[in-house]
Amino acid sequence: MKSFTYERAKTPRDAAAAVARTPGAKFLAGGTNLLDLMKLEIETPTHLVDVQDLKLDRIEPTRDGGLRIGAFVTNTHLAADERVRRDYGVLTRAIVAGASGQLRNKATTAGNLLQRTRCPYFYDPNMPCNKRKPGSGCGAFGGFNRNHSVIGGSSLCICAFPSDMAVAMRVLDATVETVRADGSARSIPIADFHRLPGSQLPVGEFALEPGELIVAVTLPKPIGGRHFYQKVRDRSSYAFALVSVAAVIQRDGTGRVAFGGVAPKPWRVEAAEAALPQGAAAVTAAAFAGAAPRPDNAFKLPLATRALASVIAQAKAEAA
Amino acid sequence: MSVNESGDFKLTRRAVLAAGGASAAVTVMPAEAEPVPAPKPATLPLSVTVNGKRRDLTLDTRTTLLDTLREHLGLTGTKKGCDHGQCGACTVIVNGTRINSCLSLAAQHHGDEVTTIEGLGTPDNLHPMQAAFIKHDGYQCGYCTPGQICSAVSVLREIKAGVPSHVQADITAAPTATNIEMRERMSGNICRCGAYSNIAEAMAEVAEARA
Ligand SMILES: Cc1cc2nc3c(=O)[nH]c(=O)nc-3n(C[C@H](O)[C@H](O)[C@H](O)COP(=O)(O)OP(=O)(O)OC[C@H]3O[C@@H](n4cnc5c(N)ncnc54)[C@H](O)[C@@H]3O)c2cc1C
Ligand code: SF4
Ligand code: FES
Ligand code: FES
Repeated sequence: MKSFTYERAKTPRDAAAAVARTPGAKFLAGGTNLLDLMKLEIETPTHLVDVQDLKLDRIEPTRDGGLRIGAFVTNTHLAADERVRRDYGVLTRAIVAGASGQLRNKATTAGNLLQRTRCPYFYDPNMPCNKRKPGSGCGAFGGFNRNHSVIGGSSLCICAFPSDMAVAMRVLDATVETVRADGSARSIPIADFHRLPGSQLPVGEFALEPGELIVAVTLPKPIGGRHFYQKVRDRSSYAFALVSVAAVIQRDGTGRVAFGGVAPKPWRVEAAEAALPQGAAAVTAAAFAGAAPRPDNAFKLPLATRALASVIAQAKAEAA
Repeated sequence: MSVNESGDFKLTRRAVLAAGGASAAVTVMPAEAEPVPAPKPATLPLSVTVNGKRRDLTLDTRTTLLDTLREHLGLTGTKKGCDHGQCGACTVIVNGTRINSCLSLAAQHHGDEVTTIEGLGTPDNLHPMQAAFIKHDGYQCGYCTPGQICSAVSVLREIKAGVPSHVQADITAAPTATNIEMRERMSGNICRCGAYSNIAEAMAEVAEARA
């Protein structure tokens, strides 16, 4: 690990200003992703601004009937919140399907949204990777790409975004609230928060400016319905998704659906949701139109259809 | 370099070596003349309460909580398996909650209360979970065991506090300490010896005694 200096900021604005003015500085939340990458020298911050004292650890109701989740609320705290379990079950389900109990106790809301890809070439500094080293190429494109995207990638990068929580937030239409170094605030719809790699270097990843601090994620008022998070993985716990489905299905069979493990961002195509009453195949045909699977991960397309079919079947059984 | 009789410039092997050596010496010289001091690693004073005892330390900012316990405080009960959050051997309890001490900086724990396996019980006064692990053969080599026990103690607390899990049919209901619940909640602790079923039995015994 490279040497760095450390500070605990006292206010969000101070934290943002400290990161903006110090070249190579980063925010530190739980540290479960950042420290992992620092040990491998994939991340080499010169200064860490710890956000634990910013009082961003509360979940509060909003005026329009939603919830405002502080950026430092832990994944466990969020999943266990009574209001979340009752009104936003897909979010609790997605969080408890990820990582381990120990990790969820430490991982935070903002850190989870900003976790980096688990692409093995990104993790190995001896391998080419445009995300880690722009211009070095993409090791995965012609290499081992079983865990990678089937849609939304480009020849520069085909990594999949690994978060489970973010897929649920996408289906709930969450908004990411930030503060910039000059103190100004910004609201970013979750749909725009994660960027596709695109055709230019450096590849796209997150919609944040240098020094921009996430202070909260807000959820709009509850939409009712039955909530599901179906995660398919190589072992039944403590593993990242091959494919996941976050869905909210109403009694009449209409609803919302987003997919994880299949794209560089939580994958939701609103127009495809209209096909929900026709069944899973109709939805995935529209949601994955133009998909470009690689030989190792073509299995994800039929798997996504089957995972959604099982969710729809459960919804029907529960409604009956 | 030498000039031969025909007047051509001709590099001899020796001349090339000498020239290479000279240019290498030239590029190295300034550094040798004025050695750039290696940047001093940043350090930080901090205090943590470990197993009820306050410890004041000055540490390199890079020091993880795990290395602090093992290398600086001599508490080698907590183990290092992967150092990357993938095995659970380093599990300790911080402010009442289990975490992976390998993915946490000591600096993040200034002012915190840490409990390690040494703080749960002693050989003469075992924690009920330690006693149950012995009774049910909840280990073979024992390497993962301190992490398993810290996790197991916390899992029962988490169930009691109503923290939901992936295997709960109804996430709005209060969870119970069933075998499948304990297996799911213990998935962050890998055991290379495969003592899993005995660990779950040890936990069941403690859970029943507490109920
Ligand atoms: C073994 C293992 C298995 C895992 N399995 C899963 C899984 O199955 N599913 C899943 O979804 N995740 C999984 N994870 C990932 C885990 O969820 C993330 O590591 C965690 O959510 C990151 O949160 P953190 O608070 O620790 O972030 P940190 O590591 O502290 O930070 C991550 C990034 O966010 C930035 N950041 C943090 N807070 C802010 C803020 N307020 N504003 C701006 N920037 C900020 C940091 O600078 C850093 O770049 C796994 C991790 C491990 C180690
Ligand atoms: S898929 Fe993306 S992260 Fe993986 S090697 Fe290619 S550029 Fe790097
Ligand atoms: S040593 Fe910390 S999880 Fe393996
Ligand atoms: S007892 Fe040997 S690793 Fe668990």
